[in-house]
Amino acid sequence: MKASRRDILKAGVLAGGGLSLGLQFAGGAKASVPGALSAFVIIDPTGSIRITAHQPEIGQGVRTSFPMMIAEELDVDWAQVTVVPAPGNRQVYGVQLAGGSSATPTQFERMRRLGAGARAMLVQAAANAWGVPAGEITTGSAMLHHKASGRSARYADMAEAAASIAPPKPESLTLKDPAQFRILGTRIGGVDNRALVTGKPLFGIDTRLPGMVYAAFAKSPVFGGKLKSANRAAALAVPGVKGLINVAERRDLKTQIDVGLPGIEVLPEGIAVLATSTWAALKGCDALACVWEGGDAAFQSTAAWEAAAAKAFKEGPQKPGYMNHGNAPAKMATAAKKVTADYSYPFLAHAALEPINATAHVKGDKAELWLSTQTPEDARRMVALALGLKVEDVTIHLMRSGGGFGRRLMNDFAVEAAVIAKAAGVPVKLQWDRAQDFAHDWLRPGGWHKLEAGLDEKGDIIAWHDHFVSFGADGALNPTAVIDGSLFPSGVIKDFRADVTVLPIASTLGWLRAPINNAFAFVTQGFIDDCAIAAGRDPLEYRRGVLGSPRAIPIAEEFSGETGEAMKGTPYNTGRMRGVLDKAAAMAGWGRKLPSRRGLGIAFHFSHLGYFANVVEASVANDGAVKVHHVWVAADIGKHIVNLSGAENQVQGSVIDALGAALGQKITFADGAVEQKNYGDFHLARMDIAPAVDVAFLSTDYPTTGLGEPAYPSLAPALAGAIYQATGKRLRTLPLDTSQLTA
Amino acid sequence: MKLNINGKSVDVTADPDMPLLWALRDVLGLTGTKFGCGAGFCGACTVQLDGEPVRGCQTPVSAVGTAKITTIEGLSASAWGRKLQDAWVALDVPQCGYCQAGQLLAAEALLRTTPKPTDADIDAAMSGNICRCATYTRIRAAIKQAAAA
Repeated sequence: MKASRRDILKAGVLAGGGLSLGLQFAGGAKASVPGALSAFVIIDPTGSIRITAHQPEIGQGVRTSFPMMIAEELDVDWAQVTVVPAPGNRQVYGVQLAGGSSATPTQFERMRRLGAGARAMLVQAAANAWGVPAGEITTGSAMLHHKASGRSARYADMAEAAASIAPPKPESLTLKDPAQFRILGTRIGGVDNRALVTGKPLFGIDTRLPGMVYAAFAKSPVFGGKLKSANRAAALAVPGVKGLINVAERRDLKTQIDVGLPGIEVLPEGIAVLATSTWAALKGCDALACVWEGGDAAFQSTAAWEAAAAKAFKEGPQKPGYMNHGNAPAKMATAAKKVTADYSYPFLAHAALEPINATAHVKGDKAELWLSTQTPEDARRMVALALGLKVEDVTIHLMRSGGGFGRRLMNDFAVEAAVIAKAAGVPVKLQWDRAQDFAHDWLRPGGWHKLEAGLDEKGDIIAWHDHFVSFGADGALNPTAVIDGSLFPSGVIKDFRADVTVLPIASTLGWLRAPINNAFAFVTQGFIDDCAIAAGRDPLEYRRGVLGSPRAIPIAEEFSGETGEAMKGTPYNTGRMRGVLDKAAAMAGWGRKLPSRRGLGIAFHFSHLGYFANVVEASVANDGAVKVHHVWVAADIGKHIVNLSGAENQVQGSVIDALGAALGQKITFADGAVEQKNYGDFHLARMDIAPAVDVAFLSTDYPTTGLGEPAYPSLAPALAGAIYQATGKRLRTLPLDTSQLTA
Repeated sequence: MKLNINGKSVDVTADPDMPLLWALRDVLGLTGTKFGCGAGFCGACTVQLDGEPVRGCQTPVSAVGTAKITTIEGLSASAWGRKLQDAWVALDVPQCGYCQAGQLLAAEALLRTTPKPTDADIDAAMSGNICRCATYTRIRAAIKQAAAA
């Protein structure tokens, strides 16, 4: 069965997003902290206004944008606010999850009501003190005013009284008219920026505890491999190495909530090296010279998978008619013209810059961890399960993450650190090296698509047929490799059929920034270009035809979208997509004349509730080298942009990240293991390839949605389109093989 | 051995082979310098030796000698460093922020030798520093803003 992530996120949203404000106001902080109006708003008598940032910060800006939502409705100035971090604790704070670009769409309203509720309590306290109706009291800049009597007070003066007032019902609160917003929609710098540029410790890797030892963990590069031999004496002889711990494999540990990849064991067998520094621990690991054998994944090789995909395309799919909307075969038979093309894309690693690490201290029946994680509650439950502790006896200090991109949805590292720390009896900081980060990632799966479209006499698409080959186990696609009704062109092109072939994999697959979409957009938008070219039509005009009249198309019931319940029932709105398509084209001056070997490409994609279109301008040198000069992005993520500065940064970063992936990222397997070891053979975007990126947000009358992911998918197909316009050659495999582009 | 770090003489007890990165982070507790790749590809561990940007992960602590080490914790002592830090904050450069210490150390060395850098100068000086969040547009703008300050 597919789709567990939807169900799991659904459970998460219900458990946390649905928490009443009452529970929040009665949360842990209130009992012990004076002036705590809730677990999120604390105003002490000195005047300090503290707002809790409860979401995991991985670079998407939530430590700034979420407190902005509260501060707006609390009616204070941003300069008056101190943002304080929260530990991982779902009972007190509700959902704490950096995944699926889901935080803003699922929590925007709740955060505003938390601010409005605290303001209402302060107003009521002033009304009680002054003997005036609450409705006559106004607020602003953390002050309360009663115009008729000329009275004023600071929030701080009323905070103690307000804290004893029963919290209002969330539905009774009146939220600000957006026209009155003074914080939301402005440009607010990240709350940690000054600490970042002066080198203050913020990240999980920066954790230092009294008596802490450093650990590295030798484990098989082939998933499931067993230890055959190790030179323990050599490791112990490394200066600084203090001891070795044997770690036994555990296959009874399952991810708990929020992640959507249940049933995967997470603790491999191996040897932990304890030392007085990270360097000594890593050196000790090398000195072990472990020899591994076997493993569930030993059969894996990229060459064999490529051959298997080619064979499936030749001999036919394992699962014909896996998806069937309308009657694609019948429509295909009536087509005036048929277009065929094969597309493919590789496995990708997350390669977050902060290498995987975790710090743990286990004392008796209590465990404390310092983690860069996207899913602190999942980490908490995983550690409790692994150590046989109660969930409430596991404390998670939620640290800033040096990048997540989906890797830190998984908490295998937290379990490793906890198990090693329990055996060590002292605080342990576990550090993976970069090669382990690649070898033990939860990869974006590769895939192959054999496409056929039927065109009518005008060249319009009347039928679309995809044979999709990707990865899974026991004959079922992995949840990270699905094809379903949430994915274009499903619904937009009525007669659509997908066949499926599943290739077996044992290595771990996971969610990578805009999962599924980050691959499919390249395929579907590229194929639309193929059809436009076959029809002799302009790619922009052709896309307008594909979208057709503005309408909301219900997403088919197979939908297993990884944005979860917040997205369910949200239709595909062709009018919103047309809006961003036309805007991006206008920004770029689509259709203008360009010099030789220079071209424009255009693409659109809907994911994570966001509508995105972009135009890429690229030139191709005679040696095939591709240079992207400019990208224009139009986005529709609803009515409000929470933080314009952070929002632009997310879009620009997503686009340049996607450019790096399109030009240089590929994970391959040989003898069961990942072949790439470091950034020398997995190329992230660098300064010298970064183009100018212009971003426009269309404000539309729809709920505000998230931005960590949806700008990413449409870059690669627009780049391929620009290369085609520049050279007449269409590249249909990622990463793009520019050696085919020589003049 | 003795090291000169951010203008202070500091005693360090460490394996001579230990990279400066780990001596700073684990022995001295200066965690602003970041571990990224351990192989010189990413620049997260960039520090300056006598003003020259170097890779902390590729510099054995015994090779430093009397060279003056500047880390992110000491960047504010430089006028260019302060201008860059202010520009970074004003333009809201960071996303995750993990690479930014290395970016700033590289940028300070650039501006000290090339106070009015062209785009090509910035590409040449900064392309050794990976920003996984790809905040390059803003890094470029912030360098130009600091140069104009």
